[in-house]
Amino acid sequence: MPTDVERWKSEIYGNEIREHLYRFAEEGWDAIPEDESDAWFERFKWWGLYQQRNGQESYFMMRIGTPNGVLEPGQTEVVAEIAKEYASGPASNPEFGDTYVDWTTRQSIQLHWLKLEDIPEIFEKLESNGLSAQQACGDSWRNIVGNPMAGKAPEFVDALPVIHELNDRFKGNEDHSNLPRKWKVSVTGAPDGSGQGDINDLAFEPAYKEIDGEEVRGFNVRVGGGLSRNEPRLARDIDVFCRPENAADVAAGISALFRDHGDRENRYNARIKFLMDEWGPEKFRRVLQEDFVEFELESAGEDIREQYTYNAGGAEHGDLIGVHEQRDGNYYVGLNVLVGRMGADDTLELARIADKYGSGEVRISQRQNVMITDVPEDDLDDLLEEDLLEHYSPDPHPFMRGSVACTGTEFCSLSIVETKNRQVRYARWLKENVELPDGVEDFHIHLSGCTASCAQPQIADVSLRGMKTRKNGEPVEALDIGLGGGLGENPQFAKWVGQRVPVDEVPGAIKNLLASFEDQREERVVPEEQRRGDGEAVERETFRQFIARQDEAALEALIEPEETSYEDPMMHNTKMTWYPYAEEDDMDASPAPTDGDGNPLAPADD
Amino acid sequence: MSVALRILDDGAWLSVNDQRRVSVSELWRLDAPDFCSCELVDFIAEGFTDVSADGRDVAVTTYGQCIACGETGVPGKLPVGQIRHGEYTGYDRQQIIMQPVEHRVKE
Repeated sequence: MPTDVERWKSEIYGNEIREHLYRFAEEGWDAIPEDESDAWFERFKWWGLYQQRNGQESYFMMRIGTPNGVLEPGQTEVVAEIAKEYASGPASNPEFGDTYVDWTTRQSIQLHWLKLEDIPEIFEKLESNGLSAQQACGDSWRNIVGNPMAGKAPEFVDALPVIHELNDRFKGNEDHSNLPRKWKVSVTGAPDGSGQGDINDLAFEPAYKEIDGEEVRGFNVRVGGGLSRNEPRLARDIDVFCRPENAADVAAGISALFRDHGDRENRYNARIKFLMDEWGPEKFRRVLQEDFVEFELESAGEDIREQYTYNAGGAEHGDLIGVHEQRDGNYYVGLNVLVGRMGADDTLELARIADKYGSGEVRISQRQNVMITDVPEDDLDDLLEEDLLEHYSPDPHPFMRGSVACTGTEFCSLSIVETKNRQVRYARWLKENVELPDGVEDFHIHLSGCTASCAQPQIADVSLRGMKTRKNGEPVEALDIGLGGGLGENPQFAKWVGQRVPVDEVPGAIKNLLASFEDQREERVVPEEQRRGDGEAVERETFRQFIARQDEAALEALIEPEETSYEDPMMHNTKMTWYPYAEEDDMDASPAPTDGDGNPLAPADD
Repeated sequence: MSVALRILDDGAWLSVNDQRRVSVSELWRLDAPDFCSCELVDFIAEGFTDVSADGRDVAVTTYGQCIACGETGVPGKLPVGQIRHGEYTGYDRQQIIMQPVEHRVKE
């Protein structure tokens, strides 16, 4: 039997949702029939709108999809202006103020506290500036990700034209607008692995192949990656190579296969990773060839995964922070945005300096950071002197640059714990109180509020995932702790070894973990012929290598939770507040639902 | 009058008549000796997979774990509220001891 969601989608879905959305916006929040609100809020996702959680019912989060994280000149300013005009709620965030912009792990943008009545104006402002929230959420092609510097930084094959072609072809395309579940695509041309293809439903990864005596550069295709629901999967090689000009046709075939064969009767089993579990890559390729493409698929080419440095656990940062030369001789400057949240005024300032020193373009990375591009060498020093860079550093402390966090209970219905503000407090405390072992320049800590894994915890050195426990008999927010995840040539998901650690004991656990690492890490003498430019004769084990060689008991012994000077003001059940940081945070104190001016609406039965 | 029961938000909420009423991440005390060896299961609800009306009870099939011993799984359909005269009323889940509805039938 089809699910409620499939029934709602079969009635109204895709582009046609928009006219209803506009009608509700015109008539006001009350116009949504009470017995249809679950259906409408599910449909609104297709247009990038999520209803915020209990206690904030009439407010929405809007996700704006920016293909490959590219904000064209002028667009960053538009986003900041929209945030300032529409994205302020009835309460303030103690770390980030009244109005802010979130850069996400899928190179998109999220704004909060939007009112339904304002959505048409916001859409019109976005679309008149080349931006859109279409299909940013919902069961369809989501924002396409890749190396954010595609087209500017060195690439093995040009990815950006392919990303644009896929975006143009599959956004608003009725043949692909109603899929069984979300559809996440990565296209990477760079040799560093920074497109994170391994954790996407569909990944195009750089490869080459000799065809008719000629070396052709293009992509190998992988399918079925993803992190959610405690069921992480790496995308699997389906033995297909495609030229850049064929990528859209191959993608259309795979998307159509998912549309027709994905499980529409059980949403928990609907992602393509589960179809891949059932079929395996050989059957998947056979069905694709026989039923969904009209040309002969090429077998896979040679990949370049051995060159992957991004989040590979080695000596290179790979995160594009700092100053880097572009292909054209200009430079880009990657700035660290702690947990991906930037105040709206700071976002306006980012737009200004991007315009002053570069082309005005800004790019978003999958580590929630931003890049200012096209800066001439002569202007670099002046850019680096700008005040904004004191807070959003191109040379951040490892605990700052390694921090990623999802939205959390501040706004999200799914999350179990508070996340962004907590990760800010964690990073600051760790920076002040914990010495990193020698030579450790990168240390990734990802905090996700639940198993949906929006902060991608399974690919971090330390993975934190929302939980609950009791402390002194009282329910408190807690975190599961995983270790040793990362990408690279041989990606590895974190092993979950610490269960339900009270949130105030997590910084102590990380401190103790790093002390154990320093104490127990091994060294090896590097053979002379393998020594790099620095001539170092002794190589110390990396954190990822250290974790990989531990057995289960040893891993568990590495988790030693401890109370420290760290204090956590959000130990209580933040999910049961209307807003965790409000002075009066009880659900009853919520002003929602409100009208278009933010005034509380009287309950319907009064 | 019929009552619409459904699971929303990837299993994070029980919706009753289009209102989110019960959330995962609550801690519940369960009388469920088949689930683990603890005298009372100190259960964190991690995900709802189904909802049904069993007699007057609204019961959610719930995945989760005992925070005392670490056992994970689905203890059964857990009663979280009731429907009377077409109206839903939630139980005081922090105060009661829940028993999976299948367990009651066995007795």
